[in-house]
Amino acid sequence: MTKEILSQFDRTIDAGEIDKFAAMAEEWWDEDGKFKPLHRLNPVRITFLRDHIAAHFSRDPVDIAPLSGLNVLDIGCGGGLIAEPLTRLGANVTGLDASERNIEVARLHANKMGLEIEYKAAAASDLVRCGCKFDVVVNLEVIEHVADVDEFMKDCTSLIKPNGLMILATLNRTAQSYALAIIGAEYLLRWLPRGTHNWRKFIRPSELAGLCRKNALDLAKLCGFRYNPFTSSWSLEERDVAVNYIAVIKR
Amino acid sequence: MSNIADISADILIVGGGIVGATLGITLSRAGLKVTLADRLAREADTAKNYDGRASAIANGSVNILKGIGVWPDLEANASPIWDIRVADGHPLRGISPLFLHYDHSDVGKSPFGYIIENRSIREALRAVASDCKTLKLVQSANVVSVQRGPFGVIAETESGIRLSASLLIAADGRGSQIRNEAGIKTRTKMYDQKSIVCNIRHERDHAGTAVELFLPGGPFAMLPMTEHRCNVVWTERIDLVDHYMALPEDRFLKELSQRFGGWLGKIDLVSQRHVYPLGMLHAERYTSQRLALVGDAAHAIHPIAGQGLNLGLRDVAALAELIVDTARVGGDVGSNNVLARYERWRRFDNFVLIAVTDSLNRLFSNDIGPLRLSRDMGLALVDKLPLVKKFLMRHAMGQVGKLPRLVRGDAL
Ligand SMILES: Cc1cc2nc3c(=O)[nH]c(=O)nc-3n(C[C@H](O)[C@H](O)[C@H](O)COP(=O)(O)OP(=O)(O)OC[C@H]3O[C@@H](n4cnc5c(N)ncnc54)[C@H](O)[C@@H]3O)c2cc1C
Repeated sequence: MTKEILSQFDRTIDAGEIDKFAAMAEEWWDEDGKFKPLHRLNPVRITFLRDHIAAHFSRDPVDIAPLSGLNVLDIGCGGGLIAEPLTRLGANVTGLDASERNIEVARLHANKMGLEIEYKAAAASDLVRCGCKFDVVVNLEVIEHVADVDEFMKDCTSLIKPNGLMILATLNRTAQSYALAIIGAEYLLRWLPRGTHNWRKFIRPSELAGLCRKNALDLAKLCGFRYNPFTSSWSLEERDVAVNYIAVIKR
Repeated sequence: MSNIADISADILIVGGGIVGATLGITLSRAGLKVTLADRLAREADTAKNYDGRASAIANGSVNILKGIGVWPDLEANASPIWDIRVADGHPLRGISPLFLHYDHSDVGKSPFGYIIENRSIREALRAVASDCKTLKLVQSANVVSVQRGPFGVIAETESGIRLSASLLIAADGRGSQIRNEAGIKTRTKMYDQKSIVCNIRHERDHAGTAVELFLPGGPFAMLPMTEHRCNVVWTERIDLVDHYMALPEDRFLKELSQRFGGWLGKIDLVSQRHVYPLGMLHAERYTSQRLALVGDAAHAIHPIAGQGLNLGLRDVAALAELIVDTARVGGDVGSNNVLARYERWRRFDNFVLIAVTDSLNRLFSNDIGPLRLSRDMGLALVDKLPLVKKFLMRHAMGQVGKLPRLVRGDAL
C-alpha cells in the first residue's frame, strides 16, 4: 500500500478526508491489526539501526537518546513506524513518502504522540535537487519498488553526508522468496498485496554490492531477518540472507 | 482532551510510597523523564510517627535497591536475618517443641534478607530521588482527576496542577482511587485481625534471628533490627486489639514478654504503638488504557509472610524492565503491548502468593486442638524435608519464577 505508489502522487487531499486518515493511522498503528508482523519486526529493525548508527557515530546504544543530534532521512516512511522510534531515540528525522495519504497519516499520528518529525510527500530525487544531506539515510524495503534502481541509488548516495551512513533493507531474489511471494506469506511483510509483488525486482546481495561499488560506497555489513511463524517473532540471522536482509553501507 | 499541561513527562507515577518512589528512581536512572506525585506534604512521610513498620526485605528486593544505587544509603540501617524460627505457640502454654528452623546456610552464604524500618527506606529513597535529574517529585499533590486517551494521559491535582505523560502508573496504595475510577474491580477480604506494631529494645543479642510464633489470635513476629532492637508485629483478633492498645506501658510490656519468652532478656518499649487493619486485595486487572497498577494498588496481602512490599518491588522491577526495553528501541512506553506483557508477567505470580498467605493465616490463626497438632507435625515435617523447605525458603527470598533483571542482580 505504500511503496507501489512511489512514483504516482495523489495530491487530492481535502480537510474532509482527515477522518479517513485518522482511521488509516489507527490501522497503521494497531499493534494487533493488519500490520502486526511489521510491529513485531520493528523492535528487531530498530535495534539493528540503533546499534549500527550508534557504533558508527561512537554513541552508547543503551543511552536513552543515543541518536541525539543526528539528521536522519527515512525514505518510504509510510505511517511513521520507523520515523517515530528514531525520533524518540533522539534523531532529527525527515520522513519521505511518495504517497500524500501516508504522509498525512504519519503527520497526524506524530502530532498526537507529541513528536516533532518533518514529513514530506516527495521522492528522493526531489531532495537531491534541493541539496539536502543527512548523517544517516534509512532505506527500508523501498529499493525493490523503484522504477530505476541505478538512478535511485545515485540519489540516495548524494543524500548521505561524507562519512555518513545508509541502512538499507530489501528482499533477496531466491527460490525461497519466490515461493513466499506467490503465497503472499506474512513473511514478506503483509503490507504487500498478495501476488502483486514483483519478485523479478528483488535485489540479490551481489547486485547490491555492485550498486555500492558504482557509487563508491562501502558495503560494511549484511545480515538476514528470519521470521518464526509459530511465535510470530523475528530474529536477526547473520548468515541467512535468503529472504529479508539488511545492509550497513558507509560513505 | 486538552493538551496543555504544567508538567509533562514520559511517565507519571501517582503515589510516592516505597513502591512508587523506587519505580521513579529506577526509570529515571535509565534516562526516562518521570513525574512522581504524592499528596503528602514534604517530609510528612518520613516523620517519626508516620509509619511504625519495619519491612523484611528479601534478597531479590535488596538486589533491586542495589541496582538503582539506594542500598549504600540504607545499609547502615539494615539488619541481616541469619535465622528464621517458626513455631506454634500459646501465650500461656508456651512455645510448642516442634520447631521449623530455617538456617541461611540451608540455601547459601548470604542472609535471608534484611529488616529495615520503613522510615529509613523512605528517607534513603527521598535522598536518592533528589539526585535524579530526570525525576520531578511533586509533593502536596493530591491527584483528583485523570483523563486517559489513546495517546496519553493528563491528571489534575487538587490545586489545579496538570500533569501529562504517555503512561500513568498508579502506586497509590491499597485504597487506589485511580484504580477504582478506572473501573478495575478487586477481590477483597478484610481479616478480623489487626496488627499492633512497635519497636522494643532488649538486653540480649538477637543474633539476627527472626521469630514467628503462631498464636491463636494470629502470628506474632519479632523482626531483628539494628541497635539491640526488634520490630514486633503482633497480629490479634480485632476485638482484643483496643484492649491491648489501651494498656499502660508496663502491662503492655508484660503481655509482650509473655509471648516473647525470656530469650532476649529484659525488654523496653522504644516506639509508640501503631495499629494496622489487615485486608487482602487483588485487582482483577493490572492495566487499562495507558495505565498500570503497582504495589498495594494492585495487591495487598496478610503480613504473615512479610511479603507485601517485596511483591510490590518485584512489580517495579518487571514493569521498569518492560518500559526501559521499549524506550531503548524508541517504542511507545504506554502502548498496549507493554501493558499486556506486564500483566501476564506479574499477576499470576502475585495470585499464588496471595492464596498461600491467606491459607497460611487460616491454618494458623486459631486454637483448634487437632489442627494445632497437625500443624506442629506439618512444621516438623517440612523441617525434615530439605527440598520442600528449600522451595519455601527460595520463594520467601524472592528467587522463584521468571525473574526481572534487577531482581537477579543484573543491570537494567
Ligand atoms: C502490619 C504490616 C506489616 C507489614 N510487613 C511487611 C514486611 O515485613 N515485608 C513486606 O514486604 N511487606 C510488609 N507489609 C506490606 C507493605 O507495608 C506494603 O505492601 C507497602 O507498604 C505498600 O507500599 P505502596 O508504596 O504500594 O503503598 P503505600 O505505602 O500505601 O503508598 C501509597 C502512597 O500513595 C499516596 N497517594 C494515595 N493516593 C494519592 C492521590 N490520589 N494522589 C497523590 N498521592 C496519593 C499516599 O500518600 C502514599 O504515599 C506489611 C503491611 C502491614 C499492614
